[in-house]
Amino acid sequence: MKKLQILGSGCPKCQALAQNTEAAAKALGIPYKLEKVTEVSAIMGFGVLSTPALVVDGMVKSQGRLLTPDQIRPLLG
Amino acid sequence: MNSADSPLAPTSVPARPPAAFRRLVWGAVGLGLWWFAYGQLGALARWLTYGVAGLSSASRLGSAVEFFIYEVPKVLMLLTLVVFGVGIIRSFFTPERTRRILSGRRESAGSVLAALLGVVTPFCSCSAVPLFIGFVTTGVPLGVTFSFLISAPMVNEVALVLLFGLFGWKVAAIYLGTGLAIVIVAGWVLGRLRLESQIEEWVYATKTGAAGVEEALTWADRIDRGAEAVRDIVGRVWPFVLLGIAVGAGIHGYVPENFMASIMGRGAWWSVPLAVLIGVPMYSNAAGIIPIVQALLGKGAALGTVLAFMMSVIALSLPEAIILRRVLKPRLIWAFFGIVALGIMFVGFLFNALL
Repeated sequence: MKKLQILGSGCPKCQALAQNTEAAAKALGIPYKLEKVTEVSAIMGFGVLSTPALVVDGMVKSQGRLLTPDQIRPLLG
Repeated sequence: MNSADSPLAPTSVPARPPAAFRRLVWGAVGLGLWWFAYGQLGALARWLTYGVAGLSSASRLGSAVEFFIYEVPKVLMLLTLVVFGVGIIRSFFTPERTRRILSGRRESAGSVLAALLGVVTPFCSCSAVPLFIGFVTTGVPLGVTFSFLISAPMVNEVALVLLFGLFGWKVAAIYLGTGLAIVIVAGWVLGRLRLESQIEEWVYATKTGAAGVEEALTWADRIDRGAEAVRDIVGRVWPFVLLGIAVGAGIHGYVPENFMASIMGRGAWWSVPLAVLIGVPMYSNAAGIIPIVQALLGKGAALGTVLAFMMSVIALSLPEAIILRRVLKPRLIWAFFGIVALGIMFVGFLFNALL
């Protein structure tokens, strides 16, 4: 089970990143659990300065970018 | 991912040049085509307006339509090229790197550096809160942090492209120079005021984790970032460009000369503070407001007043204040907006007096 977290205050870009991440995980057919982290102190705990950010199993994989599903797939592998 | 970039691509085919070289050639060809098309826009607009549509060149409708047909592709082409270039430049500057450069700086030198870094660091207003906390909790002085936060919206590439395209390079340079000066001075003054107590207490209690790993980017990645920036920024602002230029075209064609002289002209001293007062709560991106303002300039509005209005609309906004309220107490927000607004007014008065 992959733990996927989207860090961001809920801006349109964060929503889009969450959708793209879900699409990428579904395309790979891996079991996953997606969580949106909107609390600023929790976001800061990851050391992230620019949102939206993608965290896979506790590791920050990307920040400040809206990735496409194609760009996300290698990050989930 | 381009499969040709992979080291596993067959190397036995001698006719195919390396991917990087092909990209370079395509880039040069694209730039050449861009340059050629850009040069033809004026003739094309005249031909479409007066030849194809058969409008009279003396009519109001004719001049409004020609203005629209000429300015829309011109601004969008400039925007695409510049946003692409800025996207590549920004791939060298991450907020994390900027923070490392700024932390522990003295306020004087730090404010200048922050103002310049604000221009090239990728920054979206929804990241303002994490960025603010990340900066002040890791030793970036408050004034320097503010310089960075004001610089990013005030001196952005979309505003500069529109100013260059619609007003010419002189006004664009004046805007860039005075904008940076306001950002630097406002940050320095805010630092001097010792308002650290006006930051919400929980900000300093926030634990900031270690920064994530820095990615190593290839040139192909950086070019992809440029294309990404074009999709994101041009994709977002083009409706505003269209709308702004349409309103501007209407003003060009239909509003009489010198109509604005009495309201926004040089003689009306109160027009500068009024323009700032109206501009601060207004929230429009540069793409929508600049074409309208440019049309007003042609109808007798003074440059200083116009600059002041533009800067206050672009750099200060109500949504920004609401976002910042989560980390700043009201007194600090008032000080921040007040000082920047004063700086903008000063620029307005200065240009009305000089020009």
